[in-house]
Amino acid sequence: MNYFPDEVLEHIFDFVGSHKDRNSVSQVCKLWYRIESYSRQKVFVGNCYAIGPERVAERFSGLKSITLKGKPHFADFNLVPPDWGGFVYPWIEAFARSRVGLEELRLKRMVVSDESLELLSRSFPNFKSLVLVSCEGFTTDGLAAVAAYCRQLKELDLQENDVEDHRGHWLSCFPESSTSLVSLNFACLKGDINLPALERLVARSPNLKSLRLSRAVPLDVLQRILIRAPQLLDLGVGSYLHDPDSENYNKLVTAIQKCKSVRSLSGFLDVAPHCLSAFHIICPNLTSLNLSYAPGIYDNELIKLLRHCHKLQRLWILDCIGDKGLEVVASTCKDLEELRVFPSDPYVGQAAVTEEGLVAISRGCQKLNSILYFCQQMTNAALITVAKNCPNFVRFRLCILDPTKPDAVTQQPLDEGFGAIVQACKDLKRLSLSGLLTDQVFLYIGMYAEQLEMLSIAFAGDSDKGMQYVLKGCKKLRKLEIRDSPFGNAALLMDVAKYETMRSLWMSSCEVTLGGCKALAKRMPGLNVEIINENDQMEFVGGCDDDRQKVEKMYLYRTLAGQRRDAPEFVWTL
Amino acid sequence: MEGGVAYEQGLNLKATELTLGLPGTGETEGQGGVRNNNKRPMPTSETNEEESQALKAADRGRAQIVGWPPIRSYRKNSLQEKKMYVKVSMDGAPYLRKIDLKVYRGYPELLKALEAMFKFAAGVYSEREGYKGSEYVPTYEDKDGDWMLVGDVPWDMFMSSCKRLRIMKGSEARGLGCGV
Repeated sequence: MNYFPDEVLEHIFDFVGSHKDRNSVSQVCKLWYRIESYSRQKVFVGNCYAIGPERVAERFSGLKSITLKGKPHFADFNLVPPDWGGFVYPWIEAFARSRVGLEELRLKRMVVSDESLELLSRSFPNFKSLVLVSCEGFTTDGLAAVAAYCRQLKELDLQENDVEDHRGHWLSCFPESSTSLVSLNFACLKGDINLPALERLVARSPNLKSLRLSRAVPLDVLQRILIRAPQLLDLGVGSYLHDPDSENYNKLVTAIQKCKSVRSLSGFLDVAPHCLSAFHIICPNLTSLNLSYAPGIYDNELIKLLRHCHKLQRLWILDCIGDKGLEVVASTCKDLEELRVFPSDPYVGQAAVTEEGLVAISRGCQKLNSILYFCQQMTNAALITVAKNCPNFVRFRLCILDPTKPDAVTQQPLDEGFGAIVQACKDLKRLSLSGLLTDQVFLYIGMYAEQLEMLSIAFAGDSDKGMQYVLKGCKKLRKLEIRDSPFGNAALLMDVAKYETMRSLWMSSCEVTLGGCKALAKRMPGLNVEIINENDQMEFVGGCDDDRQKVEKMYLYRTLAGQRRDAPEFVWTL
Repeated sequence: MEGGVAYEQGLNLKATELTLGLPGTGETEGQGGVRNNNKRPMPTSETNEEESQALKAADRGRAQIVGWPPIRSYRKNSLQEKKMYVKVSMDGAPYLRKIDLKVYRGYPELLKALEAMFKFAAGVYSEREGYKGSEYVPTYEDKDGDWMLVGDVPWDMFMSSCKRLRIMKGSEARGLGCGV
């Protein structure tokens, strides 16, 4: 390969898409490193504090697209205090200064201020795509800036963000000349929308393929939009409340019939369930269906809808579907690859699905490779059956609403069941455990889960041995997050070098002490070991007292950027 | 961790320790395993029906475990918005109250809540005789504007047709067969 001119190598590298592969390519030799670096257009940074933006811009001079993740995963469940960090502003500012030709920005769990959105919209003339997932800190004013100044905007995708709503005028900020929109998702916005502006925007966007509306868009507007955009591939219905005898409804039925291209359906944020039959006509074309925000759809209406969905590959649903409903899914959706069943009543803790629904799915859906299942109870027998039926799981996440519940039939721990899963599923990359679990399950995980990259543990295990089995056995582990489990310093300090092969480790309400964390930080200067000290629970005294102070929340991650300078007072970096 | 234990014994921190167990369940920690983290105790199989119902009710009433179940607050909030507030009046009471019907799973829970709120006893319901043994009768106004006895129709039907509640008392109530 040394005889090829650089352009040829570059051309060959164009065919190498995944980040992992490109990282491997860049480590072959200095020449390949150099060429790969300037030719890489899409960069993925899994932890925004692992490296500084200047260094990224310097290495990847051809950078067009960047994905950044901020807060630790457990921040999604309120375990990380607000103001912890994860600000995107420094990245946008550094890229603007370095004149990066940014076209795409994808953020997850980051704090995005209106100022950063304004700076973004003014600094990158070719900017095309903004995707924000589970972010916060911005208002509709920031969106207005993006709409107004990103002249080439193709994609504005807001997923499950916490957005302060200042009024609906941001939609009218798209200039009349803007006709480039391909994807628009504002389902998570809570306030009113300028409806005429929305209709005009859709009318002048012939390339619009994906549109997800918020609650504020009523039926008659939906109907007119569908008439204008029959080319849609992905539709998120906002509000679906109406009178089935009205003329509006009949017009809607006609409009839906024209949407022959829709492959993905979601939304129904407010819904009158008995009128869903209007959508039956497009159900046979659907490959993706997300009804997990629609608690108003249940029982017969839901079943009737699902019976038409023969081609479904991805289904997100609420547990009010019940075990019986899952049996219908199992017999109808033979191509199903991903299933997520969310709790419809998280406060009361009574889920409507049990191990029977999961077993039914495993029997009927042979292609299943990804599952997230919130349920009332589980048994080892069921998990063993599921493992036998579906050895192709890549992601397996089980959440029993009572986190320490044993096998519902035998009252035994669920070690054997999860053991069967990790043994059968040789490609398993992500696993979340729940239920009554002893150290034994971790022995199995360490032994069999060779491809495991991410493991989530809650209320499990008996002793340090549990965590030690995992650290010793799972060679490809990248992210480990643990809460309320009896793992202490002996486990934490068993193999400190391992943490440099991982992205991060989270431990909360475990047995690790301040002394243990300090010892770890001392031995591994390439890690940031952060202690979250809420409510001033701890004292940074030093000496033997450190071993009496249990650390409530610890988050450590490898980094090339050193200690971060934006940490709030309650975060100590050791 | 020996040093820690000695420290705790001197000050009896155990007595004031915050846990998620019911009062009096701390003693079971010594049994069955070394676990001493914040787990909720499970009702044993010996617990009788009444006790486990009370425990379940207590479970719902007291604070949930922080961050459990693991779903995003965005999702939690979007489900919670489904509220169904209806006015509740009681004959002779100076002001009305409002309750969220979505909170209750069925008639027994609703009646218990009403009894607690207005300090009365509803009596025993039967299809034939209505509420027996009390001069108070729970009624509701349905979509057609008629006043109906609470409990006659299936719970779901009641939820979708109930516009407001009224706890009738005395002579008016007799007509509904309260048997007093």
